Amino acid sequence: MSRLPFYLIVAFLLVAGVALSIHRHVQFEVPWTPGEQRQVWEIEAQVNFTAEGGPAKVNMALPSSQQGYRILTEHTASPGYGLAFLEENGGRRAEWSTREAIGDQQLYYSVQALVAPESRNPKVEAPPLRRDIVWESPYDTAASQVIERAWTRSADPFTFARELITDFTEERQGENARLLLTQFDRTPLLARLLNQAGVPAREVSGLLLEHGRRRQSLTPWIQVFDDQEWALFDPRTGARGRPDNLLLWESAGQAVLEVQGGSNSRIGFSMLSRNQPAAAAVRSELADDTLLNFSIHSLPLEDQALFQTILLIPIGALMVVILRVLVGIKTSGTFMPVLIALAFIQTTLITGLIGFLLVVAVGLVIRNYLSYLNLLLVARVTAVIITVIAIISVFSVLSYRFGLNAGLTITFFPMIILSWTIERMSILWEEEGPKQVLIQGGGSLLTAVLAYLAMNNPWIRHITFNFLGVQLILMALILLLGNYTGYRLLELRRFKPVTED
Amino acid sequence: MWTTPARLHAKGIIGMNRRNIRYIGRYNNRRLYPLVDDKLKTKLLAQEYGITTPALIGTVTTQFGVKHIGPMLVGHHGFVIKPAKGSGGKGILVIERIEGDRYIKPSGAQLTLGDVERHVSNILSGLYSLGGSPDVALIEALINFDASFSEYTYEGVPDIRVIVFKGYPVMAMMRLSTAASDGKANLHQGAVGVGIDIASGTAIRGVQFDRTRHDHPDTGHELASLQISDWGTLLRLAAGCFEMTGLGYLGTDMVLDRDHGPMLLELNARPGLAIQMANGEGLRSRLDLIERQSEGVAPEERVAFSQHHFARSSELRETA
Repeated sequence: MSRLPFYLIVAFLLVAGVALSIHRHVQFEVPWTPGEQRQVWEIEAQVNFTAEGGPAKVNMALPSSQQGYRILTEHTASPGYGLAFLEENGGRRAEWSTREAIGDQQLYYSVQALVAPESRNPKVEAPPLRRDIVWESPYDTAASQVIERAWTRSADPFTFARELITDFTEERQGENARLLLTQFDRTPLLARLLNQAGVPAREVSGLLLEHGRRRQSLTPWIQVFDDQEWALFDPRTGARGRPDNLLLWESAGQAVLEVQGGSNSRIGFSMLSRNQPAAAAVRSELADDTLLNFSIHSLPLEDQALFQTILLIPIGALMVVILRVLVGIKTSGTFMPVLIALAFIQTTLITGLIGFLLVVAVGLVIRNYLSYLNLLLVARVTAVIITVIAIISVFSVLSYRFGLNAGLTITFFPMIILSWTIERMSILWEEEGPKQVLIQGGGSLLTAVLAYLAMNNPWIRHITFNFLGVQLILMALILLLGNYTGYRLLELRRFKPVTED
Repeated sequence: MWTTPARLHAKGIIGMNRRNIRYIGRYNNRRLYPLVDDKLKTKLLAQEYGITTPALIGTVTTQFGVKHIGPMLVGHHGFVIKPAKGSGGKGILVIERIEGDRYIKPSGAQLTLGDVERHVSNILSGLYSLGGSPDVALIEALINFDASFSEYTYEGVPDIRVIVFKGYPVMAMMRLSTAASDGKANLHQGAVGVGIDIASGTAIRGVQFDRTRHDHPDTGHELASLQISDWGTLLRLAAGCFEMTGLGYLGTDMVLDRDHGPMLLELNARPGLAIQMANGEGLRSRLDLIERQSEGVAPEERVAFSQHHFARSSELRETA
């Protein structure tokens, strides 16, 4: 029996796979490595207020893409509330409304902001000067003296703003400034003085981003205009310019939060930063309709995300083939470890391992009881499935109660597969004892962890997603492995006694 | 702890991958697997070819039929219930004797009729079958194994595995159950494997947990004097299974019954490799020799060929 056709197929797959990959690299300039990582901030705003029992309306400012940041996605969680996103007076706002609300209310808004140094501020028109400013005595004299003093020491609106604000800082506070501060809040006062002096300015609110901070609040800033340009001033120091980690949340001079039908309203922010590969770089701009531009990137975004996972499955399967054919590890269910590894991708490794062990351990105890009930197989496995769902629900609720949000990801486990695993392990336990359960369970888990490590590797993710030719190379590799008649690694240990004498 | 591939190769040891591709893949036609994977089919086929098997008390094919086991068992001293499509000895229930409404296992554990019915029901729903497909339960008469072996076994029936390649018996071992193996004859569970000389039917070498042994761990009886009676008949039965199934690489499990002599217990299209450990020798050179032989040789001649070429002297006597 000639093996020639086999090797021809393998060679063809290899050549085609390599050629397709190189073509994609050269023609579409898809890099071989995932490249730089981009930082993404996840910010959550929590609005709290006490509703008075009647209709309630909450109006909150939302951030827009701006210098340094690009808004990617946003979500809200507000059961029982109607929600609308509005554009008004040059700012984005969210409006929640409900007919009847009583007691403590919580509304959530979360947003993902990509750190994008190339992102620019949108064009902002200077607000009209406020001409209606009226001061009561003796504040009118104090105000005009403060303006006069700063005016003489400045050349343009920005230097004027700087001088004015520094006159209100602790060490340089004059009598006039102290008098004004007894009556007015610092930031609105400064905006008011600037407007009085003929310099368009307004109060805006920003969030200082710091990884892992919770219950943060917005800080006030002064936006000062000079024709087409504007600059940001720190009302506490007079320093000009925007800190890199400042995200302007409200920049239209409006209130950040307005609540009707409620009291005690507060808004708190929590934030997290994480790194993401710059997948955007690969977005195929050359949308030629040639056959060779056969790329996942021509699909809609949603399907692309799905394919990212699907294309990883051959990597996990290859891992299983290697471990079984070359190493000789026993697993419970041939490709069960790949499905577990897919779940690990969602849950992260440690949480996944703990969750898996907990579910299987508790499942085994309950399955042990079920075996006394003398049930038919299908009914028993179904009972195990329901048990697994119950275990997962209980763990989710418990971990949530203890504030371990990572525990919630346990729901990503494939429940039917877990049930069969429990069933098989239980039978194995009865027939061959706990040792075999440990060997096969440990083998499955080890395979799952290795498959996870391979599938979660950023480079492998990049390669499989962007080079479909790699799938052909994988196919060729697996065909070759399927033809391997040599010893398995563990056989070198198993058969050692034979070679001793 | 580890050896090298080169040393294994020099010993002619065959690994899992080579067995699967080179022998099972090449000589065992998938179409023929059902003949050996279904013990009921094997049994009926064996009867057709005049190969002795343990007597069939009855079969249970429906959950409804489970309730009729009690009457079926009346008058039988001991019996064995096994799934027709079980693998690796899974789901086999041995009842040594019946006392009133108590069913007693070789270990002394007592079962009720309900326990037995539950076991049969599990078999029918496919708990022990490959892929969980619905199955049939076989109830066979208990084998009265040869008293000469009682010193060599703990609870279970000692069976003899003969690897038959293209109809030639190539290697044989006896599997003795132990306390460690819980009365089961699976080597990886702790049963003692004793390599048997193809020429004479005497013990060559014993291993337990892959380590050399000279006696049975529970009875303390030395293994050197182990001699299988009626060895030639046993080999001819085993060799005949090639014609019966058409499978080129076959594991035949035989038992010796006190009254009926050698019997075929079951066939295995994917026999394990532990037999090489028990014999202290690799299968490769023997399989290579058989591959060079021409087709169409009668079973008796094949047995004679094997007995002539694969003769070995005992390692147990030398060291004892």
